[in-house]
Amino acid sequence: MDPLLQHLLNALILGGTYALLGIGLTLIFGIMRVVNFAHGELYAFGAYMMYLWVMVLGANFYLALPLAVAMGVALGALVELVLLRRLQGADIDTTMLVMIGAWIALQNMEQLVWSGVAKSINTPFPSAPLVLGAVSVSWNRLFVFVVALALIAATYALINRTKIGKAMRATFQDRETAALMGVEIGRIHTFTFALGSGLAAAAGALLGPVFVVYPTMGDLASLKAFAIVILGGLGSIPGATVGGFILAFMEELGAGYISSGYRDAMGFLLIIAILLLKPTGLFAQKERIG
Amino acid sequence: MIARSLKAAVAVLGASLLAASAYAQDTIKIGVSQPLTGAFAASGNYVTQGARIAEEEINKAGGVLGKKIQLIVEDNKSNPTEAVATAEKLIVRDSVPVMMGAWSSTLTLAVMPKLEEYKVPMLVETSSSGKITTSGNPYIFRISPTSEMEARAFTPLVKSLGIKKADFLATNNDFGLGASKEFSAMAKGQGVEVGATETMDPKATDFSAQLAKIKASGGDTLFVTTAVEQIVLLLKQAKDQQVTARIITTGGSNSPDQLIQQAGDAANGSYHLVFFTPWFPEAVKNPDIAVKFVGLWNAKGHNVGGLTEGFRGWDGLHTIVAAIAAAGKAEPEAIRAAMWNVKVKGINGDIAFIKQGPAGRESAQNVPSVYLVKIDGGKVVRQ
Repeated sequence: MDPLLQHLLNALILGGTYALLGIGLTLIFGIMRVVNFAHGELYAFGAYMMYLWVMVLGANFYLALPLAVAMGVALGALVELVLLRRLQGADIDTTMLVMIGAWIALQNMEQLVWSGVAKSINTPFPSAPLVLGAVSVSWNRLFVFVVALALIAATYALINRTKIGKAMRATFQDRETAALMGVEIGRIHTFTFALGSGLAAAAGALLGPVFVVYPTMGDLASLKAFAIVILGGLGSIPGATVGGFILAFMEELGAGYISSGYRDAMGFLLIIAILLLKPTGLFAQKERIG
Repeated sequence: MIARSLKAAVAVLGASLLAASAYAQDTIKIGVSQPLTGAFAASGNYVTQGARIAEEEINKAGGVLGKKIQLIVEDNKSNPTEAVATAEKLIVRDSVPVMMGAWSSTLTLAVMPKLEEYKVPMLVETSSSGKITTSGNPYIFRISPTSEMEARAFTPLVKSLGIKKADFLATNNDFGLGASKEFSAMAKGQGVEVGATETMDPKATDFSAQLAKIKASGGDTLFVTTAVEQIVLLLKQAKDQQVTARIITTGGSNSPDQLIQQAGDAANGSYHLVFFTPWFPEAVKNPDIAVKFVGLWNAKGHNVGGLTEGFRGWDGLHTIVAAIAAAGKAEPEAIRAAMWNVKVKGINGDIAFIKQGPAGRESAQNVPSVYLVKIDGGKVVRQ
């Protein structure tokens, strides 16, 4: 039996969450010019909040999900207000160092609170998978995929159809001019960082129950998110979406047909190729330089 | 004012430092390097808990050479660079005369040059890569079985389980690759067809691609070598992808109880090679010791899933202390020389060392017991 169909289905499911991770990061970079090294920690935070609600406090799974995401949004807003607000106008290297600090602090806090041992989260899904002919997928992953697509669509609508989305786009194109036109840049930054963080926390809250939850889980997520954003072009939402799916297909097919030992290297080979051939990424948007 | 409080602070600090060193003189320090955080955190914590139980027990019985023992535990963060740093810290700053560590083969291999550099012996409690005892490091004393020993112990089971075609999936490090090599050589020797041999990054959480490939290969048995964290995910994902092959995990870091807790019914039907069977402690070589250890472990309220790891810490520490007692002094060279002749009644069985590796630079290797268990209906059953 040829496993191609199963590989394609696996990649599609994986791609949805990769896209979700990438979009959060690319939004923050595009609009705020902040290289957010703490992105993976928001992912881990979302997963731990899911653990807190479901396993510690015994909340309903479907209720815990929006609660965990809301806490991620709140943490994102807090990080922006406490750390980044003071650094407005600082150069990109300074904010990068601060975010590296935030990453280390958050990860160690998780370790302190939850210990280093991995935790698992129970789900209400049946343990038998959904079988479609020769291929199968777990109900939990299918749920994650559907929610991820819904969140991606909602983010698109928010950016392209709402007033605050318009202000975000204006800030992305030209911060000074947007400010002159009456856009409150500070508010847009807080909103953007909270939104990006919420998307990362959502990815964590969705994937925590699929995998296991542990303090360093954010590192791998950060790595993938950066790869996706570079692939798709910094600041581009369609780029991050497509980039997420491309990375998933590269990894899955690379592992399936070339070598599973190099599974995680496949995506990075692609990135090297992109950086050589089209350094701005696949979908870079035009913006004012300087 | 400021000067006065500064002086007071210095005085307090000085006094506490003096107190610490005075305390230190009354104890024999034993260094422990384990992964307390990172990819192997669960196992590293269990081994440490087992060693702590032994420490308490030994000290209650009066310690060794008239002194109490003191474990100094360092977290190697499941990372080889950090493992080297923990060894350096334990040997140089704490001046421990002997160490135990470092759980995974890659971590142990990383620490080994430091043992030669400072001439300090280390008891290896978990690692299974053959390289550790064959590379000519005379400071290595291993109580855990090598992958090759495990594969040899498994040989008669090939026929009784009716294995015709086997696939392999292992974590991409010294432990996993070594085990895949030894078990596929063993299988081939028994006339078993070898299908796919796949690897996974030690940090990876998604094995969908590997499992799709293994499913297509169509073997009746899948040998898996990695730590419990990845085994949990693998059992769940194998179920999602309807991999019907019988899954057998090797290496003894599979904590079947934790698999039942975390993987649920996806764990049913899987087989596991373990080096201690706490579910039937009366069946092991030294049942009195095993029963006592299980009692102490449960009295502490530790996770029952950790017993199959925790016993290593207990066996390891008792072996080290027996060597210190035989040496008559807590000095590295004396402990190293004495270790060769220790005979310890351990939880796994009787611990004693044989020579392995190049002549003149041999490492010490114990010949431990290996058991196969199966998870059936959410319970661990004997095979």
